[in-house]
Amino acid sequence: MVPGDRIVEGNFRPLFNVIRAGNSIVATRIGIAEAGREGVKVIPLSGIYIPRVNDIVIGKIMDHSSLSWGVDINSCFSAHLPAQDVFGRDFSPARDDMGRELAIGDLITARIVAFDRTRDPMITIQDKDLGKVPRGELIKISATRVPRLIGKRGSMIQTIEYATHTRVLIGQNGIIVVTGRDLEGIKLAVRAIRMVEEEAHTANLTQRVKTLLGVSDSSPSDTSHVAQPQNEVGEELNEVEKEEKI
Amino acid sequence: MTQTRSLIDENGKRTDGRTRDQLREIKITAGVIKNADGSAFIEFGMNKIVVAVYGPREVHPKHMALADRCVLRCRYHMCPFSTDTRKNPAPSRREVEISKVMREALEPTLMLEDYPRAAIDVYVEVLQADGGSRCAGITAASVALADAGINMRDMVSACAAGKVDDRIVLDINDTEDKEGDADMPVAYMPHLEQVTLLQLDGILNEDQFNQCLDDAVNGCKMVYEFQRKALMQKYFGNETELKEEQ
Repeated sequence: MVPGDRIVEGNFRPLFNVIRAGNSIVATRIGIAEAGREGVKVIPLSGIYIPRVNDIVIGKIMDHSSLSWGVDINSCFSAHLPAQDVFGRDFSPARDDMGRELAIGDLITARIVAFDRTRDPMITIQDKDLGKVPRGELIKISATRVPRLIGKRGSMIQTIEYATHTRVLIGQNGIIVVTGRDLEGIKLAVRAIRMVEEEAHTANLTQRVKTLLGVSDSSPSDTSHVAQPQNEVGEELNEVEKEEKI
Repeated sequence: MTQTRSLIDENGKRTDGRTRDQLREIKITAGVIKNADGSAFIEFGMNKIVVAVYGPREVHPKHMALADRCVLRCRYHMCPFSTDTRKNPAPSRREVEISKVMREALEPTLMLEDYPRAAIDVYVEVLQADGGSRCAGITAASVALADAGINMRDMVSACAAGKVDDRIVLDINDTEDKEGDADMPVAYMPHLEQVTLLQLDGILNEDQFNQCLDDAVNGCKMVYEFQRKALMQKYFGNETELKEEQ
């Protein structure tokens, strides 16, 4: 579908990336159209990240005022992390040193608490597995490729992690952090992620990624090395992925 | 103006061998600039134009931001080497005007209210100029905007028609523009069937005007097919070719 294409005619519910024009539902972005019982939508193949409440994102601390940090979340809206979120309700700008907790340039995993386009998104790091990202290789991909990178029930990312002995932390805003002990493993994981980004819309991608990684067809049975935090993020993303049926 | 030569010969062929209702050769490629969010390259006859779209992104300076919608900024620029005599690279009166009309031609199709407090920048760089560069620019800009994944109600296609030797002809080239009687660039949304740009340089009577408009709209519909093909080629690649073969 390209913008303006009529997807279907009739009394269907427009979900997202579509508009109603007369009796038809029309696509507003390039992507794959899906018409289901719940309505009609277009799964986009390009575009920037627009925050949604409860998304797990990876962001970079850009600056801070006396009450909050400004965080770049790879979107056209920069996020706010209130100081009370980190210091608790008795936070005092005079007493507490914000730079000591999170300095400019630090990377954090956060959850979007509130966003409605009229104001910048507010984020929190007060949940399990959220907070500062201490080390790793940072990669940026298009946010529209994130569901493909995770794959069905996390299959793609598990394959990459298993074959390269790395841990891949994925934010729904398209920012990815790869960590691992082996530099070669990290390099290979980055190559595989780039391949998924470039060829996300093509068929037989999993097979080609497996060939790149040099793994056999059988799916990995042992994923015990995959750190729990990743699974948490991954599972949450999988929910979205399942919805989108990619 | 004293006409020194006939622009249409006895067989009805124009200076470049085209018939009355024939477009110049068109070639569009989407996604040519990696650093941009969306881009396109168009060859429209002798015109060679590259368009890059950035955004939606934060507005700088901040006071230009609008609370309820996105700001669209458009820059049409001709390279010093795009014409036979050197063109001063500073923005001329003509370039400022074309930037404005291009912005106004693209604005109706974009769902700017989806990205409040953000900005979309469209840079149109003319590498080689022939007649009708604003139409080619709008056509390429529309492809680049779709490539950037910005919500659009429809594509915008543009094509000119005009009067040469008292005959209405489609897609005026540089010679016909300079030596002909009238030039009418039109931008059109093919699905919504609405005109977003109509300019006229010259004098036409009512019948000639109507015929010119009909011809230009038909030209836009033909141009749309090239835009669609470019986007399908980028995002669906070989699948498109297969479907077309079938």
